[in-house]
Amino acid sequence: MQTLIIACGALAREVLALIELNGWRHMELTCLPADLHLRPEKIPDAVEVAVEAARGKYNDIFVAYADCGTGGLLAARCEKLGVEMISGPHCYSFFEGNEAFAARGEVTSFYLTDFLARQFDAFVWRPMGLDRHPELRDMYFGNYEKLVYLAQTEDDSLTAAAESAAQRLGLDFERRFTGYGDLEAVLGQ
Amino acid sequence: MSDEEDDLILDELNDEELVLQMHDDLYDGMADEIFEAVHILLKRGWVPYDVLTKALVEGMRIVGIDFRDGILFVPEVLLAAGAMKKGMGILKPLLIETGAPQLGKMVIGTVKGDIHDIGKNLVAMMMEGAGFEVVDLGINNPVEDYIDALKRENADILGMSALLTTTMPYMKIVIDTMKEQGIRDDYIVLVGGAPLNEEFGKAIGSDAYCRDAAVAVETAKEFMARKHNQL
Repeated sequence: MQTLIIACGALAREVLALIELNGWRHMELTCLPADLHLRPEKIPDAVEVAVEAARGKYNDIFVAYADCGTGGLLAARCEKLGVEMISGPHCYSFFEGNEAFAARGEVTSFYLTDFLARQFDAFVWRPMGLDRHPELRDMYFGNYEKLVYLAQTEDDSLTAAAESAAQRLGLDFERRFTGYGDLEAVLGQ
Repeated sequence: MSDEEDDLILDELNDEELVLQMHDDLYDGMADEIFEAVHILLKRGWVPYDVLTKALVEGMRIVGIDFRDGILFVPEVLLAAGAMKKGMGILKPLLIETGAPQLGKMVIGTVKGDIHDIGKNLVAMMMEGAGFEVVDLGINNPVEDYIDALKRENADILGMSALLTTTMPYMKIVIDTMKEQGIRDDYIVLVGGAPLNEEFGKAIGSDAYCRDAAVAVETAKEFMARKHNQL
């Protein structure tokens, strides 16, 4: 019997890397589509379906989502289902470490992770309609000052992609290496 | 781009056709066409209030329904709002000159720590369109800003907006402070923003959670009517 990790698709590489890195052979990963982040109100139901489908097949089930814009509804659903999830508001926070992230109190920063740097066009640029209507950029990003790339890995091509994203959004750029942050600790438990 | 011969000459449409065309143009975010059509209706003797309500607000109401039903998405709504804003730019000074029904006064802003103002801007615009006076405090408002503005402006409604799970609890701080000062019941408190929901709105002591701009307008009207009935 194994532990099943039900994760956001945006965390797939990171969870797999941690399983490999730590030799967590008892863990299996299943992912929900990363584009649920564009409609976070759908996340609790999708998680519930995945949890119910896995019941009885695993010793333990863990939900690798933070609140992720569900306004507490995912936490309430996980509690009802009797499964644990990641604490914190979103992956930007737990990659940096929830405490450190909160302590910064950055209001005017827009964040990318490795996943979002890699998938910037598919998950930011196109869904916001900026490919078709670049004139909307400042309506979305006019109040931001900088793009912060929270890097999980050392990868020059991702840093270049993130920097290019910052330029396209008209924002200053900062890269911070976070590694896997709280994700490693919480999965390790 | 259509051929020149297929282009509509807005001035050749009768009033009814033109208003319907404006609904379509708003839906498609065609700001220049809205600008032109508003001028045409005014030139034909329409009062500004009718142009606003029958052409612009009704058009945005349709946009709002399709957004709620998942037919339109945020970019399209923003383009439609941009078109409405262009029309409102012509009408606003005229509405002040000619007088239009005033339903009440709203103070609105995003809460401390939150700079996301797209939803707040849409609500402010739709509230103005519906006949409310709106005092927009902008982004990142601490509790003092809200309370000072409510008192200074003698407002009826407080609108608070938040996009982040981390900032939405600040709404409770504002409401609790209003309670401490004994002024909570002097105002209608409406809250909104993507991560909010009805239970949250109740739990923090707001009067209502509004899931979109159209709901905010209807809710505000309803509460103002109740308030008048109490007087």
